[in-house]
Amino acid sequence: MTTTVNPLSLNLRAAWGRAYVRIVGANREPSWIFFDGILPLLGIAAYVFIYEGFFRGITGPGVSEALNALVGFVVLGGVMIAFWMNVLWSMASQLYWEKEMGNLQLYMMAPMSRMALLGGMAIGGIFMTSVRALVTLLAGIYVFGVHFQLASPFLLIAVFFVTLIALYGMGMMFASLYLLWGREAYHMSSLLEEPIFLVSGFYFPIGAFQRPEIGTWGRAVAIGGSVIPATLGLDALRQLLFPGSTQQFQFLDVQTELMILVVLAVVFLILARRTLRYFEMLAKREGRLTSRHQ
Amino acid sequence: MDRHWRSFKWAAWLGWQIESNWTEPWLFSIYSVIKPVAGAFILVLMYVVFAVVGKMEFTSPQGLARFNFIYVGNAFFIFVGNTLFGTFQVIQADREWYQTLRYVYISPISYYTYIVGRAATKVAIATFAVLITLGFGVAFLNIQLDMGLEEVPAFLAALVLGALTLVGIGVSLASLSFLTARHVRGLAEGVPGIFYLFCGVLFPLSVLPDWGQALGKAIPLTYWFDIIRRILMPQSMLDLTASTTMESFGLGEVLLLLLVSATLFFFLSVGLFRLMEWLARRSGKLDMTTAY
Repeated sequence: MTTTVNPLSLNLRAAWGRAYVRIVGANREPSWIFFDGILPLLGIAAYVFIYEGFFRGITGPGVSEALNALVGFVVLGGVMIAFWMNVLWSMASQLYWEKEMGNLQLYMMAPMSRMALLGGMAIGGIFMTSVRALVTLLAGIYVFGVHFQLASPFLLIAVFFVTLIALYGMGMMFASLYLLWGREAYHMSSLLEEPIFLVSGFYFPIGAFQRPEIGTWGRAVAIGGSVIPATLGLDALRQLLFPGSTQQFQFLDVQTELMILVVLAVVFLILARRTLRYFEMLAKREGRLTSRHQ
Repeated sequence: MDRHWRSFKWAAWLGWQIESNWTEPWLFSIYSVIKPVAGAFILVLMYVVFAVVGKMEFTSPQGLARFNFIYVGNAFFIFVGNTLFGTFQVIQADREWYQTLRYVYISPISYYTYIVGRAATKVAIATFAVLITLGFGVAFLNIQLDMGLEEVPAFLAALVLGALTLVGIGVSLASLSFLTARHVRGLAEGVPGIFYLFCGVLFPLSVLPDWGQALGKAIPLTYWFDIIRRILMPQSMLDLTASTTMESFGLGEVLLLLLVSATLFFFLSVGLFRLMEWLARRSGKLDMTTAY
């Protein structure tokens, strides 16, 4: 007997199924809240204290506001780092790990779209990472005493979600790219940590690259870094939450950044779909789809 | 003894293969350089932001001394990050990524020494990264180093004792991953974060509140960073930075303290390793996979 399944329902179920593993897995192993939520706060606290240390003993008009903004920048950077790390290690690298564990061939045989699988992975990842991001944000407010000035809540929400879509779209694209690689995948993810923390301005405003102290190459780095959605998303969030404190380090205005982010989100999702098909075909042709430990 | 040496030697060789043989040597060299240099540049950019906002003279003697202090501390922190991550990740990598823990575990080696051997590779790579970072700073960022020939033995002794202490701390914490799920990354971000924050890596300890200073003084690595700076940085620059609160400790005292710390952490790591290994075997977690 042949059963006809609605493709939309099938893909939604597949996406939920993949997300479910992460959500339920996270609940069954609650220790991750301490390891992935609380412990990384200490690293962020160190960067907060760098600014506190710099400003120690310096007084004058506007100094405390500037320090509040810089500490807030670090906290927001910490929130974005949580998502970036999740994109690297739980999205981009995931198909590679699935290959290593022998699950990938099962996914490939299942009748759903691969995009549904990646989408489910992203939803599960966003759920897990949101907890860490929320802990970081709360620590920023209650431990580091950051005062946010929320001027345009709708714009803020729009920027945040478009950034996440673009970021995870990029992760989905990387996932297909990593499908072709062997152990290079792990090292590539490792390489995309500190250098991306730098070019995306996770701990300082990206506009600092344009300062004359940095040299003429700084602007080129900032423009190049804008390909990573976290760069513009973070800059826009900082402008929206600390209006007036970022003028010395203005890069682009919020509306332009939001527009670019929308374009990036669409481009990355389209590229993810195309690269997934292409690299899957290439991996099958080269016999790498099920090869492990190489 | 022979078993331990054999375990160490082959684990270090395996670690080196895992770290390096995935690509061509030239690409591996670039890869090894980019990460530490990017880390150093993050600090440069943070300092630029501070200098602009705080209207500080970037090239004043105080400004240069402060930047020198931060840069040298950050360069040597590469040892801390690499060594700790190198030890933390061995159990999880073998158990979940490569799924080879069962084979390594039943082979006639010491698994404790095997972890130390794997970490040794990371220490070697960290040494390279520290040298590159310092060289880059001297060449392009006006970093000043000043070490006399007579200070070399003390410097090497401090370096070795610091590395041994770090390996002891690393194995103690790595033992926890016998029982936990795939949390190595959180551990690797958080524990070095404690040291980054409380050991005076980037700012003199006197910047911290009293309780933070007390905590910092209880961590041996604080003394390690202090002694490294005392040996490497010009005295004129040290005089221009805020008090590290450890000026009263002499070189010999600090080295002795590091020796005692390394010994204590060695015994602690052996004890914890045995306990966690026993608990993991008893609860059937020795070969679990949690990579959902």
